[in-house]
Amino acid sequence: MPLPDKTCDMATAIARIPDGARIMLGGFGVPGTPFCLIRELVRQGQRGLTIIKNDANETGMGVDWLLENGQVARLITSHIGLNPRAMQMMNAGQISVEFVPQGILAERIRCAGAGMMGFVSDIGIGTVMAEGKPSVNVGDRSGTLETALGADFALVHAARADTFGNLRFAASARNFNPLIAMAATTTIAEAETVVAPGGIAPDDVHTPGPFVDQVIALPELPEVYGVVER
Amino acid sequence: MSLNARERMLRRAARDISAGMTVNLGIGLPTQVLKYVPADLAVCLHSENGIAGVGPVRDRAHADRNLIDAGGAYVSPLPGTSYFDSAVSFAIVRSGRLDLTLLGAFEVAANGDLANWIIPGRLTPGAGGAIELAQKARKVAVITTHTDKHGCPKIVARCSLPLTAPGCVQRIFTDMAVCDVTPDGLRLTELAEGVTVAQVIAATGAPLIVPQTPLPRF
Repeated sequence: MPLPDKTCDMATAIARIPDGARIMLGGFGVPGTPFCLIRELVRQGQRGLTIIKNDANETGMGVDWLLENGQVARLITSHIGLNPRAMQMMNAGQISVEFVPQGILAERIRCAGAGMMGFVSDIGIGTVMAEGKPSVNVGDRSGTLETALGADFALVHAARADTFGNLRFAASARNFNPLIAMAATTTIAEAETVVAPGGIAPDDVHTPGPFVDQVIALPELPEVYGVVER
Repeated sequence: MSLNARERMLRRAARDISAGMTVNLGIGLPTQVLKYVPADLAVCLHSENGIAGVGPVRDRAHADRNLIDAGGAYVSPLPGTSYFDSAVSFAIVRSGRLDLTLLGAFEVAANGDLANWIIPGRLTPGAGGAIELAQKARKVAVITTHTDKHGCPKIVARCSLPLTAPGCVQRIFTDMAVCDVTPDGLRLTELAEGVTVAQVIAATGAPLIVPQTPLPRF
């Protein structure tokens, strides 16, 4: 019984995203950011997007293209300190930014991906991060309710994929990618190499194929994926 | 701050990193401490973006484009290094596996409150992983210049900025002194070479407990 083939061309996959969509993006800095999928989203120009990503990349990269093109209404993130445009747009009220502690962002996404509604945590108690969250007592400890964070689309960058959507990530390019791959209604994965099923050994799969809807082979890797000159 | 004072501060903070520890170093000054950690010391460096066992920084020519630390520096693997996703990375943090984290500060208060993630309306980088690091590492130390670029104290009686975490800091390393947060208040425990107690008191925005015995120098 062969496994389904999910390979797709990039324009068709991204064209399924409507205005106002909630989109998760992989990546922590450059590694793991799906730059080609983001570039296609910029080309197609969907607007009013909610972007969920660890960080806002840097000037001239990834999320910055979407911000510059006026496509982002809301950013849910842990850190935007390397993107002056994101900070300016936030402080000018041009985008709304929800800051989430990095590990809570990861866990809220993981929680949605695991089909759960939320969890209880003591992170951020005594800070503005806890404001507005329901308080929950567990035994003699008190925490806040953290709700699961899902999305309409997840855009993932993998080092290697098979045509069924089994994914493998490289080094620190893993970061949020396996989490967002589980948490969206539709997961689109770009991969540096796409192989036939069996090309990734079962024990070597990081994200199992059932989480992935479309697989896009990158013909070549643009310079933006390379080592950053600072 | 003279280069000398900065080096002394970094070298002093490095002495608190000991064999067997799992350590997370924040972006900026904390990461600079690494230069003064002996290369043969058995320590596991954790990076929020999913690395345990962070190895030495590489120059561009030898960099792996997929391997950065949380501060964006290109790093290398060591024998025994592991990579994992961001949920696992913060499971390590929240479950208390970090023996020590060294963090930077906008403000740190005498009661151990730390503010290092936002100056509302002005500088809004966000906290990244600092909230969990500050709240859950077994020991939290701050490394910072004693005063800001305008000469104002960074050690204050009460933080005016939104907190990263309340009551989390146990030790503060600066270019002038080492101070410990105690139940009685902030205690001056060590002095930098060439700095007087009176200078430290003048540069600190909170009352300091000054022991009667001579203070160690660093």
